[in-house]
Amino acid sequence: MASNTHDAGHDAAHGAADAAHHAADAAHGSGGMPQLDFSTYGNQIFWLVVTLVAIYFILSRIALPRIAAVLAERQGTITNDLSAAEDLKAKATEAENAYNKALADARAEAQRIAADARAEIQAELDEAIAKADAEIAAKAAESEKAIADIKAGALDAVKVVANDTAAELVTALGGQADADAIATSVADRMKG
Amino acid sequence: MGKIFLYVALAAVLLSGLIFAPEHAGLAIHPTDQFLVKPLFGGDHVAWYTPTNVTLWLALAVAAIFALLVLGSSARSIVPSRAQSVAELAYGFIYKMVEDVAGKDAVRFFPYIMTLFMFIVTANFLGLIPMSFTTTSHFAVTGVLAIAVFVTVTAIGFALHGVKFLSLFWVSSAPLPLRPVLALIEVISYFVRPVSLCIRLAGNIMAGHAVLKVFAGFAAGLSIFGFLPIFAISAFYALEVLVAFIQAYVFTILTCVYLKDALHPSH
Repeated sequence: MASNTHDAGHDAAHGAADAAHHAADAAHGSGGMPQLDFSTYGNQIFWLVVTLVAIYFILSRIALPRIAAVLAERQGTITNDLSAAEDLKAKATEAENAYNKALADARAEAQRIAADARAEIQAELDEAIAKADAEIAAKAAESEKAIADIKAGALDAVKVVANDTAAELVTALGGQADADAIATSVADRMKG
Repeated sequence: MGKIFLYVALAAVLLSGLIFAPEHAGLAIHPTDQFLVKPLFGGDHVAWYTPTNVTLWLALAVAAIFALLVLGSSARSIVPSRAQSVAELAYGFIYKMVEDVAGKDAVRFFPYIMTLFMFIVTANFLGLIPMSFTTTSHFAVTGVLAIAVFVTVTAIGFALHGVKFLSLFWVSSAPLPLRPVLALIEVISYFVRPVSLCIRLAGNIMAGHAVLKVFAGFAAGLSIFGFLPIFAISAFYALEVLVAFIQAYVFTILTCVYLKDALHPSH
């Protein structure tokens, strides 16, 4: 780059007079800087003031109030949405609580119903068992009585058979069967 | 794909250098010609009312601001379009600057500061269009802006605080013997403000544009190596885009600082 600038310096010498003439011509001899050409200041200042006033009115009358309104509206929308979300969240929590309560109630109800049913069944069962027991006891007593009757009947029959057998035995041995004596001795034997 | 385009572009630059190179390489560097104020409709004389290229580019600045801030926001949508969100960004940027730098009670001056910023930033960017005229490169323009800021801020200071506004120059936290010296320095620095505002803006813009023109002049004188300055111009142009915004930002934020001094003069 340095050598380039050097070359440029050489070449510049050729067109220097031309350039200087041009610049001087353009800037009305004010040292080549158009910024220091005071003859254009009035013009620039006039148009600048017009421009600034125009921009100020555009901004303060139209643009800024409109943008401020849009920003405020957006802020409002966001706030509203947030509070709506808050409300909905509260509602959701409420609904969840209600649901949990209903669930707990239902569970308690179910338990109560189950307990009732169990107690009822138990009572019926107890009753049936008692009834069955009574029947069984009655039946057992009846049976015992029947057995006792049968036993008593059997003993009498044995006594008759024993008397008859003893009388026949005495007769067969050539003795005289005395009915009373045989009955007494059979009774004595059966006791012993 | 991108690489192929890059090579094609380089080849095109080289070829055009070969084809369009002047017969005898001569330098044609006129970096200040772009700042000439010329009547729009012929003639030589520039009277105060003559429509000139200054008028044209100031009008274009007004049109650009109107297009961006008014037409861009005309939909007033909750979910903004691109133009509307640029307008909202500009609004929010300057509003926050005024609020943060100059204080909450400076918000009533927001439209004036917005006007200032929008004009400078738009004029700077319009000036970056090749062959355009940069209004903010002229001391007449930046000088008016700087003096307007200076006069307004001083008037606000005296209107709000009367003579007490002068306490701005009386550094009460310094030791008593030092205070007159400091007061002198403060007064001088106060009066240098408009000068520095004016020269900083015009100087930066003018220098950047002049450098671009100088590089362009080199391109004409280097025959087939003419593409080298063109690359330099591309890089420098990016810097100029940055400067165009930063100078508008600096001018505006300094205005806010001065406004804060006027609203709260005590140190």
